[in-house]
Amino acid sequence: MSAPSVTRRMMPSAASRLLPRWLDNLLEAIGLPLVLLGLWALSALLSPNRYFPSPWRIAEAFVKTWVGPSFFVDIVPSLGRLLVGLALAILLGIAIGVLVGSVRWLRQLLEPLFEFFRAVPPPLLVPLLAITFGIGDTAKIVVIVAGAIWPILLNTVEGVRAVDAVQRETATSYQLSTVQRVRFLVLPSAAPQIMAGIRQSLSIALILMVISEMTNASSGLGYRITFFQQNFMIPEMWSGIILLGIIGIALAVLFQIAERFVLGWYRGLKETERA
Amino acid sequence: MRRRLQPVVLGLLGILGFLALWQLAATVGWVNGKYVPPPTEVFAALGRMSLDLHYWRTIGNTLLTWAIGLSIAGVLALALGTVIGLVPVLRRYTRSTVEFLRPIPSVAIIPLAILMLGLDRDASLVIVVYATFWQIFIQTLYGVADVDPVARDTQRSFGISAPDRFVHLVLPTALPYIMTGIRLGATVALILTVTGELIIGTDGIGRLLTQRATAADYAGVYALVVTAGLLALVINLLVRIIERRILAWHQSVRAEVVL
Repeated sequence: MSAPSVTRRMMPSAASRLLPRWLDNLLEAIGLPLVLLGLWALSALLSPNRYFPSPWRIAEAFVKTWVGPSFFVDIVPSLGRLLVGLALAILLGIAIGVLVGSVRWLRQLLEPLFEFFRAVPPPLLVPLLAITFGIGDTAKIVVIVAGAIWPILLNTVEGVRAVDAVQRETATSYQLSTVQRVRFLVLPSAAPQIMAGIRQSLSIALILMVISEMTNASSGLGYRITFFQQNFMIPEMWSGIILLGIIGIALAVLFQIAERFVLGWYRGLKETERA
Repeated sequence: MRRRLQPVVLGLLGILGFLALWQLAATVGWVNGKYVPPPTEVFAALGRMSLDLHYWRTIGNTLLTWAIGLSIAGVLALALGTVIGLVPVLRRYTRSTVEFLRPIPSVAIIPLAILMLGLDRDASLVIVVYATFWQIFIQTLYGVADVDPVARDTQRSFGISAPDRFVHLVLPTALPYIMTGIRLGATVALILTVTGELIIGTDGIGRLLTQRATAADYAGVYALVVTAGLLALVINLLVRIIERRILAWHQSVRAEVVL
């Protein structure tokens, strides 16, 4: 069962009619975050706590820590490895998935094996692959690919399998070439499943990026945050947590944009069917 | 009969073929047999370990962290998800905050958890609960809000009390969603339990694996990865069985039985 779309317009409640619509929408978006931030600032002011520095201390540390050379030393390499790993996982996952999904005996041969690979908790791949690949950039990218590929691959297999029989026969009787079939039939009809797989892989890839930097690295976001924690540099540590949060959110937003682009036709179809 | 057996036979063949290829690669020297021990050595190591009580205690520790984390996250998510999902005003005003907090990778809060709680199981539980909470919370939120408006209005006009409406309409509507959330949450909880063992050092499979790697017992490392994979498969299977039992009345499960 797939989660329904988040955007569902509510009926305007009685309270909202007291305010103009734009103000209500604005309040809806930033009201609670502002209240929470205010509470945090207030508690930092009234009872200063070592572990919870005030928001402005964290903001100050954020600018000092991440804006400047550290941007190129820590952030860019981390993100680079993440994006390369993800791109490879997506490409390989879809390619192998289309192949395995299209050939029935191949799917029956490999699916149980792949299900086992997916079941292995991905963080364990970090020490496992460090044995063979060491601790360099290659190792970190291999870890991300090896952990993030399975949801994409197995979802592609499922999606390819579920291609509509009538459409498949139509493609056969129109004598579409293999490339044409994949391009115009298989990939579009498997796209919703593939995107669902990629969504799962995003968070796995991010976790693996951080873990591999926390355990064996001398640069990168995970390394820096651990360093700050071990040296009791609390506001700096918080700024790192917030940076990772921002990266997580940016990935989610980028994915939503990509999904709208790839699956626009699908959502439109669903809505017409429902109406 | 042949049709039904074929996938099973082929699937087994696939696994055996993979093991044979791996054995060949390690023996002939396509991969370094010291770092990638052949399956015979890995399964020998697995056999040796399984005779040791320490191995089972380690698995038990992993399961304990997993179960406590999943339970705490489940209770919190069900309670908050139900309340927020049922009250439209709360739903609207919490949405931006939820969308902001949810994508934060829970590994990001590991340093904070270590500072505040030390290198303890509690620190691992924090990241397990944080990650698992969102999976179940979001599904509960969707599920509770998915109530059929006609059914709701019908119940209202028949004057059915709020508790009855909850038990007979909201709960049955939300249950399939909640079970999906719990199934996803069970997997995520295991991933973060292992993460906690690797990074924070909570006792369990992840920590034992790091120790084996440091001791250069690479067959042991592979054996523990196999253990963790099998454990995850068993957990998946159990959750699916429970899901089918609880949703036996639901269309999605009934439709499969008819076939």
